[in-house]
Amino acid sequence: MDLQTITYLVVGASFALYIGIAIWARAGSTSEFYVAGGGVPPVLNGMATGADWMSAASFISMAGLISNLGYGGGLFLMGWTGGYVLLAMLLAPYLRKFGKFTVPQFIGDRFYSKSASTVAVICLLAASITYIIGQMTGVGVAFSRFLGVTKETGIYVGMGIVFAYAVFGGMKGITYTQVAQYIVLILAYTVPAVFISLNLTGNPLPQLGLGSNLSGQDVSLLAKLDQVVVELGFGKYTTSVPGNSTLNMFVYTMSLMIGTAGLPHVIMRFFTVPKVSDARSSAGWALIFIALLYTTAPAVAAMAKMNLIGTVNAGAFTKADIYATESALEYEKRPDWMKRWEKTGLLKWADKNGDGRIQYYNDKSKNPEFLAKAEAAGWKGSELTVNADIIVLANPEIALLPNWVIALVAAGGLAAALSTAAGLLMAISAAVSHDLVKGVFAPDISEKNELLAGKIAMACAIMVAGYLGLNPPGFAAGTVAIAFGLAASSLFPAIMMGIFSKKMNKEGAIAGMIAGLTVTMVYVFAHKGIFFIKGTEFLDLFGGKPDFFFGISPNAFGAIGALVNFAVAFIVDKMTKEPPEHIQQMVENVRIPRGSKAVDGAH
Amino acid sequence: MDDSGKAYWSATLGLLTKILIVWFLVSFGAGILFAPMLNNIMLGGYPLGFWFAQQGSIYIFIALIFWYKSAMDKIDRQFDVHEE
Repeated sequence: MDLQTITYLVVGASFALYIGIAIWARAGSTSEFYVAGGGVPPVLNGMATGADWMSAASFISMAGLISNLGYGGGLFLMGWTGGYVLLAMLLAPYLRKFGKFTVPQFIGDRFYSKSASTVAVICLLAASITYIIGQMTGVGVAFSRFLGVTKETGIYVGMGIVFAYAVFGGMKGITYTQVAQYIVLILAYTVPAVFISLNLTGNPLPQLGLGSNLSGQDVSLLAKLDQVVVELGFGKYTTSVPGNSTLNMFVYTMSLMIGTAGLPHVIMRFFTVPKVSDARSSAGWALIFIALLYTTAPAVAAMAKMNLIGTVNAGAFTKADIYATESALEYEKRPDWMKRWEKTGLLKWADKNGDGRIQYYNDKSKNPEFLAKAEAAGWKGSELTVNADIIVLANPEIALLPNWVIALVAAGGLAAALSTAAGLLMAISAAVSHDLVKGVFAPDISEKNELLAGKIAMACAIMVAGYLGLNPPGFAAGTVAIAFGLAASSLFPAIMMGIFSKKMNKEGAIAGMIAGLTVTMVYVFAHKGIFFIKGTEFLDLFGGKPDFFFGISPNAFGAIGALVNFAVAFIVDKMTKEPPEHIQQMVENVRIPRGSKAVDGAH
Repeated sequence: MDDSGKAYWSATLGLLTKILIVWFLVSFGAGILFAPMLNNIMLGGYPLGFWFAQQGSIYIFIALIFWYKSAMDKIDRQFDVHEE
């Protein structure tokens, strides 16, 4: 059977499984739909949270970026897992005790103000829509390869399916569907990694394989990789830091961590566990299941890099000379996977020195010694462009694994992208219809119209995200990082001060959120264009140099925004009057577990 | 807040501080700031700083959450504010 047929079969079967479970589980009551965690064992609940959380950014994009960045890519690994520690300790148990269903509702009640909840809705929309842009980029990559079309067509198809998926609804909300999605996704990620680790090192566990010697050789995989990438002019794999700035890496990691703790669709999952003490441990279970993928990713990244370099340069892992003409792969003899990915436009070859062979190296290297060698070898620029977002999907093809593994990875990527996109759309629709339309503009709205408003909000969000996904502000994981920055700078400080500072008043919280969100948006838009529209960048206003604030990249700026948020909130708080007595009482009450009630305010 | 309430809250904050210190040391410390130094030590084929950034900190995060949960349950009982 050819690859395309198997891919259709496996992807079709996985979709049939989700729909089947959705129909089977739907027989239960509608209230179960919202309090999904209620009757579900904590372990399964953790799996469901894992599926909800691990998106196209984690599945499709992250390992590719780590592959490019090397050691510095660890910022994604630490950032997207370390946030769970903050979530488990600082927010989840207290929000669970508070017992409301959405984040804007908590902020509105704690800061006794409709304006505060409206500002929270705006923050939520900014973060969630940016997040979906990143998902659409990933969906586009997955569908383009899966259907053999261009990335643009892939995004259009993806928009349609995500919309149907989210509006059909339920599917996402039902925990058991997500459990199935988690299983598909984690198998799709780990099976090829096990194969590849076994091939390269003889150790089936990728986590150990990455730290092992290469099969039949006396040199460790990482040491060999370091040597080869340096020979090709790249930075050393185990030490290279993006932008050569440790400060940037530090701030970037912090931004992802506090953004994780501030993302509404993640927080919502911890509202629905039965008890406060379950809210504490459920974050731990979720992190275990997430860690399965996150500790595999570095192995996928490093091994994909080895295999890619080994494919195009026969000199890399043999005794042959890496700079010899014959070492470079002849274009006509390129493997089938390259031809398949060329169709998507995400992999390109340009014969710069006209020798019909593929030279792949870092032509931006500043190392004079390396440049001299490249010159002597007759290299006239790196000829192969590989989009970082294809690395994970192409990984099993590069390693020449069996067709069913390649098909499985396609199914996993789609599961990851669709489940998270649908989850985000749910959060957007709840915020717009419940917190904004019903809460502020039209309190008398009928339930039917509230639902309609939610669906219109979803449709608009998909259109906007799809349009911007066509010209994304970065790779899927980079775009998602911006979304985390927006959540980090706006919602996290407000929620945290709401719990840990009894005296924080509404003026302080509102001013803080607005200030944090504004500085972060200005910094991001200065680099990436106003609302990410190309051509509207305004870096010139700040001297024209990118990363002008101490070399911190826009993707990492959320942590700085959060600092601004805290500072502004405390200053304004000191200048205005204390919150009323009953609010201070409420905060004390939220801090102790006893007396927790089932969540209300479900919609 | 009565005295026992105050004591409960300061016990909670004390635990949070301890955990946050470890959280910071393994990720921002060992994974980023001290990574170049730790890279001189090898853990199998892994340079240690690289290992903390791409593997070790994640395992320790998991341990931290379960430590927090069990210590917190104890504090809840000690101050008699646990759920029924």
